[in-house]
Amino acid sequence: MSEHESHQGEEAVVSCDQFLTFTLGDDEYGLDILSIKEIIEYVDLTKIPLMPDFIRGVLNLRGLVVPIIDLLARFGHEPAQITRRSCFVIVELETEEGPLEVGMLVDGVNDVVEISGDNIEPPPSFGNQIRADFIFGMGKIAGHFIVLLQIGKVLSIDELSMLSEINESVDQACKASLSEQVQQQDSENE
Amino acid sequence: MDLDPVIQTFLIEAKEQLEEMEEKLLSLEQDPGDIEAVNAVFRAAHTIKGSGGMFGFEHLVAFTHEVESVLMRMRKEELAIDQLLISVLLSCSDHIRVLVDCTGADGEKISEQTAQVSQALVDKLSPYSAKGGQAHEQSGQISQQGGSGTPDKSEPGSEQGQPGTVSDNWHISLRFNASVLKNGMDPLSFIRFLATVGDIKSVHTLADKLAAAGEAFDPEDCYLGFEVQLYSRAERKDIEEVFEFVRDDCTLTIIAPHSKTEEYIALINSLADDDAKLGQILLQVGALTPKELESVLQTQMAVPEEEEPVKVGELLPAQGVDKQVVDSALNKQKQSRERQAKAKASESTSMRIDAEKLDSLINLVGELVIAQANSALLAKQSHISNLIDAMASTSNLIESIRDNCLKLRMVPIGQTFSRFQRVVRDISLELDKDIRLTTSGEDTELDKSMVEKLVDPLMHLVRNSMDHGIENSAQRVAAGKPEYGQLALRAYHDSGNIVIEVSDDGQGITKEKVIKKAIENGLIKSSKGMADYDIYRLIFEPGFSTAETISNISGRGVGMDVVKQNIEQLKGSIEIDSRPGLGLTMRIRVPLTLAIIDGFLMEISGSQYVLPLNSVIECLELSESSDIKEITNNLINLRGEVLPIIRLRELFACRDRAPQRQNIIVVRYGNRKGGVVIDRSLGEYQTVIKPLSNIFKGLEWLAGSTILGSGEVAMILDVAGLFKNADLQASGKNTGLY
Repeated sequence: MSEHESHQGEEAVVSCDQFLTFTLGDDEYGLDILSIKEIIEYVDLTKIPLMPDFIRGVLNLRGLVVPIIDLLARFGHEPAQITRRSCFVIVELETEEGPLEVGMLVDGVNDVVEISGDNIEPPPSFGNQIRADFIFGMGKIAGHFIVLLQIGKVLSIDELSMLSEINESVDQACKASLSEQVQQQDSENE
Repeated sequence: MDLDPVIQTFLIEAKEQLEEMEEKLLSLEQDPGDIEAVNAVFRAAHTIKGSGGMFGFEHLVAFTHEVESVLMRMRKEELAIDQLLISVLLSCSDHIRVLVDCTGADGEKISEQTAQVSQALVDKLSPYSAKGGQAHEQSGQISQQGGSGTPDKSEPGSEQGQPGTVSDNWHISLRFNASVLKNGMDPLSFIRFLATVGDIKSVHTLADKLAAAGEAFDPEDCYLGFEVQLYSRAERKDIEEVFEFVRDDCTLTIIAPHSKTEEYIALINSLADDDAKLGQILLQVGALTPKELESVLQTQMAVPEEEEPVKVGELLPAQGVDKQVVDSALNKQKQSRERQAKAKASESTSMRIDAEKLDSLINLVGELVIAQANSALLAKQSHISNLIDAMASTSNLIESIRDNCLKLRMVPIGQTFSRFQRVVRDISLELDKDIRLTTSGEDTELDKSMVEKLVDPLMHLVRNSMDHGIENSAQRVAAGKPEYGQLALRAYHDSGNIVIEVSDDGQGITKEKVIKKAIENGLIKSSKGMADYDIYRLIFEPGFSTAETISNISGRGVGMDVVKQNIEQLKGSIEIDSRPGLGLTMRIRVPLTLAIIDGFLMEISGSQYVLPLNSVIECLELSESSDIKEITNNLINLRGEVLPIIRLRELFACRDRAPQRQNIIVVRYGNRKGGVVIDRSLGEYQTVIKPLSNIFKGLEWLAGSTILGSGEVAMILDVAGLFKNADLQASGKNTGLY
C-alpha cells in the first residue's frame, strides 16, 4: 500500500494500479480503488423532487447525508433498473471545501484487478461510449479493454449542481402544463 | 520545541487586548476623567508589550513601549486627555494591530513601509512623551533596539559607611529550573525583554551545573543561572512582571538599588551555590564593594549553623527598621496575593476551547438526538409502559443537553456592537457630521459563526445610514431635529429568530426617489401596482444607488445587494422601514443557530419533509369549514383573510394522486404569510440539520436535510425560498411567459 501511496504522490492523476471493475448496462468500467471509500448494498433512497434523473436521491450513511448519482443516467442512458446485484459505490472526492462523499449507483461490482501503467492506453479521441473527459484511460485486461473512469470529472460537483439548477427551472416551466394535464386526466377519469 | 500554538494564543490574546484598548479609548473620549479606562488601556498595552517581548518581537515591543510611555503619563494625570491625543492613540492601537499581524512563528516581518509608519507615529507621540520622560526609558529606542551593553558607569568605589550598598543598580539573581526549556520558555528571551525596562549593565552566566552534569547532560535541560545588573527607574513590580511567565520555573531574587547588605546575605543563603563564589560574582558584577562583601560574609558566619537561613523579613526588624514599615509591607503583599487569587478565580470561570472540538461535540449530540428518536419509536412499538416512561425522561434530558450544547457556541452580540463605536466615530469625523451611536440588547446571544458573518452587512448599513441617511447639522436644524444625528443598533429575539435593527433619525427614503432611480437604472418600467414593500425592496437590487454624490464611504451601488446576499446566506432576511423625513430602520432577521431546529414533520406523496416550526402558525384541514372558505387553486379565504397557497404536490411535480383529504399549514416569514398544502402532518420533530452536498445548493426551497428516527433522510424546506419560488412563478405567469 505504501508503495502505491508514494506513487500517488509523484503523479496526481495515475494514483494506483489496482482498479475496481463494475457493470453499467452492458459495459464494464474500472475505477481506481484509492478513491473508493466503501461499497454498500442497495437500499431505498430518499428522493429529492425537481432533480435530474441522474440524481437518484440521498442516503443516510451512518449519520452523513450522501447524494447518490445514477451513473447510467449520468452517461446519458435511461436510469438504471434496480436488480439483485445493484449497489452503491461510495467515493470520496477532493473539493475546495474539503473531502466530500458521493455515492454511485452501479449495476453490480465484479472484481479488483491490477493493471500496470504499460497496460493503460490513453483514451481514443472518438468512438467512445461516454464523454472523452470522463475517461482516465483504457485498461487492458486479458486481451480486452475496459474504460477506466476519471471520477473527479464524472462527479464534478460544479457540473452536477449546474445541471440540477437547469433541470429545476426547466421542470418549473413544464410543470404548469404538466399539472394541467394531470388535472385533465383526473377529470376524465372521474 | 514547537512555539506555534503558543504564538497562536499570543495572537488571539493580543487581538482581544487591542479590542479592549480601542473600546476604552473611545469611552475615554466621551469621559476624559475616567481613570479606570486609562488604567485598562495601559494594562492592554503593557500586556501586549510583555507577551510580545517573550517571543522577541522587538519592533512590536519598541513601538508599544512608546505608546505605553504616553499612557503612563496619562495615568499619572500629567497629560490632558483631548480628542487629538485619543486620535493619535487610536491610530497607534491600529498600528499595533498591524504589527501583531506581522508576527508569526518565524519571527516578525516588518516591511520598510510599516517601519516608517511606526516612526511617524512615534514622532506624533513624542510631544506627549518627551517632556516628562516619566517612563522607564528615553524615546527613540526603536533605533537602538537590542543595544543593551553600554559600559558600566557606576564605579563601586565610594564607601560611605551606610548600611545600604552603594550600587545604583538592581541586582537580579536568576536560577532557571531544568525543565524550563521543555516548558517552552527560552531563558534568553527574558533577559532580552529585561532590556526593555532598563539598561542591562552586566550579565554573569553561571555554568557550573553544566560542567557538573558531565555524562548525564540532557540537551533539553537548562543548566544555566544568571546574575544580572540592571539600571532602571522601574519599580520592583515591573521587573517582576518581566518574569511573570516563567515564575514557576525559576528561582528569582530581585534586590533593589541601595538595599541593605542583609538582602545579599539572604540571597547567598537561599541559593545552594558556593557562598564564596557567589560573593565573588557579586563583587565582579559590581553589586557589592569589596568592603560590603566582607561584612556580608562576616554576618553570615555569625549566624549559628544550626539555625535556619535568615530570612529577610526577620533580619530587618532586628536591624532597627521601623516595625510598622515591615508590617505594612507584609500587609500589602498579602493584599496583592489576595487580588491575584481573585483574578485567578475569575480566569477559571471562562476558558478557551477549540471551535473544532465544540463542533464535534455538537455533531455527536445531533447523532444522540437521532438515536434517541429511534429508540423512542421502538419503545412506543413495544407497548411496554415502563420502557416508554424511561424513554420519555431520557428524551427530556437529551433535549436539555442539546440546548446547553448549542448555548456553548453562543456569544453575545455586544462585542460586535462595540466595534461600531469606533466606526461611527471615524466616519462622523470624516463626514464632519456629529453622530452619536446608541446600542441596546447587547446581551442577545447568537451563534458565533453568525456573528462573524453579520459584521460586514452591518458595516454597510451603518455607513449608508451615516452617509445618506443622516443630514448635516444645518439641514437637521432646519428640519427641527436635534443638531446631532442619532444612530441606534438594537438586537432582540423574535419567535426563534434574532432581529438586529440599524436605525437612524435622518431623512429616510422617499418612495418617489426610489421609483425615479429604479426607472432611471432600468430596474423597473413603472411603479404601477407595486406595493410599498416591493418598492423599498428595489434598494437591494444590484446596480441601485440613490446617493446623488458618490463618496468614498458609500454610494457606488454595490453595497446593498451584497448586504442582501450575505444575509440570505445566513437564511435570514432584511426589511426596510422608512419614515420619510423622520428616519429609517433596517431590520435584519436571522435564525438563532444553524445546527439544530424544532421542526414540523409532514408527508407529501410518500416522502417526508420538515418545515421549521418557528415559521408554522397553524395547521388546518383543507376543506370548506367555518375557518376556510372559497378554496381556489392559488388562494383561500381564511377567516376573511386572503391567503395565498403553495401546493407542494404541484411544485414537486408528484405524479401519483393526492389523498382525499389534504392539510394546509399556515406559515409566515417576516411579514408575509402563506399556506402550504401537504398530504399529511406528522407533528413536531427535533431536527438536526445535516448539510446537503453542494450539488443541491441551487435549490432555494431546500434548507437542508435531516435524519429521521427510522434512519430515513427527510428534506427540510425553506419557507423564504418557497415564497420566493412562488413569486417567481406568479410573475412568470402574469407576464404571459408561460
